[in-house]
Amino acid sequence: MKDVELKMLERAKALLEGGEVARVIGWKKGDFCYDVSPASFETVEELDGFVYNWFCGANLSKYLIEMSKKEGKTAVFLKPCDTYSFNQLVKEHRIKRENVYVIAVECLGKLDAEKIKAKGISLITDVEVVDKDVKVTSAYGVETLYKPDVVLTKCETCQKTHQVKDEEIILHERPERDVDRFAEVAKLEAMTEEERFAFWRSQLSKCIRCNACRNVCPACSCVKCVFDNPASGIAAKANDSDFEESMFHIIRAFHVAGRCTDCGECSRVCPQNIPLHLLNRKFIKDIDNFYGEYQAGETAEGKTPLTSYTEGDIEAKDVFNGEAK
Amino acid sequence: MLKIAKERLNDLYAKINESMGLFIPIKKAGEVDYHIWGEGKEVSLETLKTVKSPKNMFFPQSENMMKFKTEGKNIEIIDVRGEKRPFVLFGVKPCDYKAIEVLDKVFLAEPVDTYYQSRREATTIVTLACSKPEESCFCKVFDIDATAAYGDVTTWLDGENLYWQANTEKGEALTALVKELLEDSDDAAVKAQQEATKAIIDKLPYSNLDLSKFKPENLNELFNAQEWTEMSEACLGCGTCTFVCPTCQCFDIRDFKTNEGVIRYRCWDSCMYSDFTLMAHGNSRTTQMQRFRQRFMHKLVYYPSQNDGLYSCVGCGRCVNKCPQKLNIVKVIKTLGGKNND
Repeated sequence: MKDVELKMLERAKALLEGGEVARVIGWKKGDFCYDVSPASFETVEELDGFVYNWFCGANLSKYLIEMSKKEGKTAVFLKPCDTYSFNQLVKEHRIKRENVYVIAVECLGKLDAEKIKAKGISLITDVEVVDKDVKVTSAYGVETLYKPDVVLTKCETCQKTHQVKDEEIILHERPERDVDRFAEVAKLEAMTEEERFAFWRSQLSKCIRCNACRNVCPACSCVKCVFDNPASGIAAKANDSDFEESMFHIIRAFHVAGRCTDCGECSRVCPQNIPLHLLNRKFIKDIDNFYGEYQAGETAEGKTPLTSYTEGDIEAKDVFNGEAK
Repeated sequence: MLKIAKERLNDLYAKINESMGLFIPIKKAGEVDYHIWGEGKEVSLETLKTVKSPKNMFFPQSENMMKFKTEGKNIEIIDVRGEKRPFVLFGVKPCDYKAIEVLDKVFLAEPVDTYYQSRREATTIVTLACSKPEESCFCKVFDIDATAAYGDVTTWLDGENLYWQANTEKGEALTALVKELLEDSDDAAVKAQQEATKAIIDKLPYSNLDLSKFKPENLNELFNAQEWTEMSEACLGCGTCTFVCPTCQCFDIRDFKTNEGVIRYRCWDSCMYSDFTLMAHGNSRTTQMQRFRQRFMHKLVYYPSQNDGLYSCVGCGRCVNKCPQKLNIVKVIKTLGGKNND
């Protein structure tokens, strides 16, 4: 990973020095190896804090809504999953594509510090990854963990590839793998209605309405969300009842249906670890099923299943009656 | 000092529960928060940081305050508060306990917040000293001793026993209630644990942050610092930091119409939100940088200036762990707190 970081740094320096871009969007290191924040770098000196490691899970695409409006071009490092969000935002006229220089950067799956700590490891000083071994050095010694156990949930089933790039930095090929991202959804579908309701009630009852899922979501790009707008009549700062806990998330899932690229940021940021991505994945699975396979963010052009009418479109009654294919 | 064997803790909970409500860290759907105890619940005293702090118990995220009924030209105001049953808040960490003292200064100062006060008075707080602090902890910076005897009762937990010491009248009363389950003990195990924990705390990376720069006389300099823009750049404007924080105390009051009249309720608010302190003319803080700055200036400068230098952060480190983009108060202290923090 260090070799990738060096190469990225080299390119960022060259782009800034050559005046080709006014800023570079990447990640900045904090106090611990897993302590990484999105950041913009406008000078070569600022790049001292630049980092690209196993904990750069954050999706940088949404920041480009604001950054691409600024004077001068913005270079951005995008992982495979981030490029889908980028395309979708370009398609929705949120990002000015001509103002962005996309550097596609390799990703072999990112790690989740909370999952590592949940293994009982604290005072972590360093993390090294070799194939499927994650070597964690802490004040209590070195422990080796199995990588699939400690990757971010969004990385568990990722098979995404870069959909947009002006150049790429890929030094290690990601091994092919056969995973089913709908396996968890299928489990929920196999439940009885009562079991499924109980599952979502127990998960959603943890919600503290911090809005992190909404604010991080690249598909949630409304300038003013109805839930924040006192004039909307449905503004809500707290979940006043079980119904409201569920409603916020269900409304949000409906709103992003057909536009959600399955970037998984909602579940990454949830302080209560609610598997919110499963709501969106259910919609994606249904769209595939009812309208033919469709992946939001694969391109920045073209028609989308939920926003274009065709005579063969499925009727709502057939879905409810279970007669849909 | 008294003690009870770990495997008998369930009897202790059941005994308390006979006459008082018991709020204790319980695991639900994978996460540990304070919930009301009942048989079969999965208690987790070992969890270092519950997701939400226990402030919830005195200052709920959302609560109804009163009801209005109109008939002709008359408005009837109905108090919706019921009788408060006494309850025990069990397993409170030293940082979270000190956070309640921060809240007391806000809610129990004139004019007293009677909603908060009635819950506070009905509660016996049993603290649990820390034995396994982690790198995000920095209570020492605020002169909090994570091993010390705070609260009405203090407990210490090791592999075999829970050690018990009453500190106040309320604590003595609770001890009397459960005395048949407790046995006498010396304090050797507790002393050894305290020493070991202190040794860890001394080595924690954030234990020696320097706060001396955060004084009321530096208000303007800190407020006008150029660094706020860069520090807040990645902020999503979500409310995670404020809602997991044990000392954040801002709330909003709203009315909603029901079939039986209008209910006035209050709920937690977040200075990170775009409609925080929204007034008729609009919002006083129009950018995320200004909102971000407000949160940290409040904790490190405004609150201390009104409370004899007491900071309204206790170093629990929840924001350090939970911020989606890893922005937090430690980074603010390090950036603006002068060269002793380099």
